[in-house]
Amino acid sequence: MSNQPLRELLQRESIQQRCESVYETFGMLTLTVSKENLLALCHLLKHDSALQFNFLSDICGVDHYPQRPRFETVYHLYSIPFKYRLRIKCRFELDELPPSVVPVWQTANWHEREAYDMYGIAFVGHPDLRRIYMWEGYDGYPMRKDYPLRGYADHYNPFGEARSERTEGA
Amino acid sequence: MANLENRFSNNVFFGTVDSVINWSRSSALWPETFGIACCAIEMISAGCARYDLDRLGVVFRPSPRQSDVMIIAGTVTKKFAPIVRLLYDQMTEPRWVIAMGTCAISGGVYNTYAVVQGSERIVPVDVHVPGCPPRPDALIHGILMLQEKIKKQHVLRRKDPQETGKVSP
Ligand code: SF4
Repeated sequence: MSNQPLRELLQRESIQQRCESVYETFGMLTLTVSKENLLALCHLLKHDSALQFNFLSDICGVDHYPQRPRFETVYHLYSIPFKYRLRIKCRFELDELPPSVVPVWQTANWHEREAYDMYGIAFVGHPDLRRIYMWEGYDGYPMRKDYPLRGYADHYNPFGEARSERTEGA
Repeated sequence: MANLENRFSNNVFFGTVDSVINWSRSSALWPETFGIACCAIEMISAGCARYDLDRLGVVFRPSPRQSDVMIIAGTVTKKFAPIVRLLYDQMTEPRWVIAMGTCAISGGVYNTYAVVQGSERIVPVDVHVPGCPPRPDALIHGILMLQEKIKKQHVLRRKDPQETGKVSP
């Protein structure tokens, strides 16, 4: 489906003033947004009667280490009534975390827990931020680029790196 | 049976008793119904009509209390390792373990932060069945190997605690 109808809808003032840029990659429109405007933009995209992005299909984290800002979250939206797809990207550092979008889409709860589990992105205002895949007491965030692929050596995995070889969160 | 162990010398009578006990143990190997990853699919098809494990006396049991064999069919993650150990501890002795597939044997391709590098690190394994996944024939071969192993055991005159599947944790 052509992105042209959606691109025209996104030209509106209320959306343009909240996002930083609009571009198309892999046949899908992408909005970049600052973390301050993220929640307002999401709210607008969901409740605008011409857009109705009522389905959040995925949230994922990205680690751009060693670039700055280091982290990014990517939101994939779908509008069930109009069959539009849209991607939202938000870059930030760990000391200025993005807000949780659970108030807009309930399903964000588990997606954000996944991003927290793998990247340590602690979404501000998340109602129940716990690990979702790794067990409680697991140390570190395995998808970060400075985390060793084979993990740290322990009883179960003697091939991992020794802890002293690296310092976490470098 | 523990208070009878190691009290007797080798003779014709105990040799016969052993072979009867071993015959009954090896012809009714009941595995736990439990699969962890893709290998479990091959284990399931080995149990279904085409390969029909039942004809070897291998009947899957839903409880570790009733089973003699644990077939570790799949990738053992570090998160799941304590549960595998718990299931092993809940089995009554004598008990045996078959590690099915390269994941269960050595971690396989998953040399990562989340996967146990070989189920030997959590439970004592009697038979390794290689493959990714092993075909049902290979699993049946592994079970036949285990039966061979059981038939060589000395029940009333055992020397080695490993022989009856009893291990120190
Ligand atoms: S050995 Fe292969 S088939 Fe078996 S669990 Fe591992 S990846 Fe799956």
